[in-house]
Amino acid sequence: MKRYHVFALNFMLVGVLAALLVCAQRFLDGYSIQILNLVAINILLALSLNLIYGFTGMFSLGHAGFMAIGAYVCAILILSPDQKAMLFLLEPAYPWIESAHAPFVVAVFAGGLAAAAMAAVVGFPLLRLGDDYLGIATLGFAEIVRVVANNVPRITNGALGFKGIPAYANLWWNYGWCLLALVLIVRILRSNTGRCFKAIRDDEVAARAMGVNVFRLKLLSFSLGAFFAGVGGGLLASLLTTIDPKMFLFVLTFNVLMIVVMGGLGSVTGSVIAGAAVTIILEWLRFVEDPITLGSVTLPGIPGMRMVVFSLLLIAVILFRREGLMGTREISWEGIAAWLRQRRKA
Amino acid sequence: MNALVEARSLTMRFGGLVAVSEFSAAIAPGAIVGLIGPNGAGKTTCFNMITGFYRPTQGQVLLDGRDITGLPPHAVCEAGIARTFQNIRLFGNGTALENVLVGMYVRQKSFWWQSALFWPPALREEARQRTRAMELLDAVGLTSVAGEKASSLPYGAQRRLEIARALATAPRFLLLDEPAAGMNPQESQELMEFIRHIRDAFSLTILLIEHDMKVVMGVCEHIYVLDYGVTIAQGPPAAIQSNPKVIEAYLGEEALAYA
Repeated sequence: MKRYHVFALNFMLVGVLAALLVCAQRFLDGYSIQILNLVAINILLALSLNLIYGFTGMFSLGHAGFMAIGAYVCAILILSPDQKAMLFLLEPAYPWIESAHAPFVVAVFAGGLAAAAMAAVVGFPLLRLGDDYLGIATLGFAEIVRVVANNVPRITNGALGFKGIPAYANLWWNYGWCLLALVLIVRILRSNTGRCFKAIRDDEVAARAMGVNVFRLKLLSFSLGAFFAGVGGGLLASLLTTIDPKMFLFVLTFNVLMIVVMGGLGSVTGSVIAGAAVTIILEWLRFVEDPITLGSVTLPGIPGMRMVVFSLLLIAVILFRREGLMGTREISWEGIAAWLRQRRKA
Repeated sequence: MNALVEARSLTMRFGGLVAVSEFSAAIAPGAIVGLIGPNGAGKTTCFNMITGFYRPTQGQVLLDGRDITGLPPHAVCEAGIARTFQNIRLFGNGTALENVLVGMYVRQKSFWWQSALFWPPALREEARQRTRAMELLDAVGLTSVAGEKASSLPYGAQRRLEIARALATAPRFLLLDEPAAGMNPQESQELMEFIRHIRDAFSLTILLIEHDMKVVMGVCEHIYVLDYGVTIAQGPPAAIQSNPKVIEAYLGEEALAYA
């Protein structure tokens, strides 16, 4: 298969996606569109965590923290100064917070950059830790971010958070950023730098012996993942139009982690498929929270029931397919072409 | 002749235990040198001190006159020293080709974002790396399995792949930790040929740890013998073979009485 074939096919795929988005915007109701938006953001977040955990082998539980940073930076930048003047009820905002204003694309980018910068700063001491210790430390980091957000009312408006954030994050922005992340992450993973990420995951000692500056590459992967987590947080802030510190509890990290594990640690296509599937299934499962009548028995609706059902699903995946849907495999055009050739021969 | 690699009274203490004491060696460019000794004599510790995995308690390592003591492993590799491991350490999920390509990273000039953004010089460098990696796989006879997962290769092929990966870092000095382990006599015979071949083809200097005496005596020009961390003998193979101290260390005192 020639390189321009792959390029043409990818181009077509993007075209099909765009056409589908146009259709979705025209024919689907607001609720369905909201779910489609969440699909894009969840895929973006899953890709970013997979880069850190699945491809570089760093067990990071700090995603909610990076998302919070991205969300707050983005929200502060897209809220107009007038809105901010009204929002800050507890204490007035610092003048530079109140006057800061930027277009949406810049705000999202800035959110990503802020998260990446923070990742570089905390990564410097933390990435020297191994496996489980890194998980605990990054979990602590995410909690610190949340507590800080609660306690600097002149920047974050404290526990009240922000309301009425402009809802710029439509299908085009969300899928655009998601696609950008997908392309960049795939490009990096296919380059020699990406091979070194995987080498670090497979055998850190051997990677060091082969001249790979393990610490620097870990910091790079961690910051890149955090960048896209920040981007995802920014998009989420604009999509939901309200944010507050309680939104960035550990559950948020857990949701992303669940998608990554279900899709397969170390599989980009796995993250994409699982990101879409998990988001849609979680919405669809809402019916189990309604009151159910089985013959003469009426079960009252239990809020949170869908998470129980979903956790059971996750347990089933871990039990019967530990490596997730895709393991470390990928679906590629070359793979599909090889499969078709084989079928024709048979 | 000036030594390419020089170890100056390298000592490694772990708490109260002296793993290696005052190891000194001067290795001439182009030489194949052996490091032997009974189990636990401190051979691998010497390797780890030279390659930066351990910081020696005392002593220095010089490469071409430059002091590289205490440099981190990746910097030692960049300086021109590559190694293999006693228990093979490949990147199991990657293909044979990918393993070799990781070895080329240390000599890579372009940055991570350049290739991601389709920057033409970076793409050209990646193409060059790929060609070079295939050449290296060819040199160790693994061209046919370039696309196979490294962990699925047979044992002998994994050993050779590890050497190809080390060669990819463009070293001047190569350390082989028990390259003949688990090989039958036929294979070790081929290994000796192979070691001489890569020495000449890549103008290397080689230091190897080995238990297979046939290999050591057959391929090494100079041998260092360690026992309990102390260098008990050094010299050309013939002298080592008849050295009573070496025989004692390997076979015990009684054996010496019979000899």
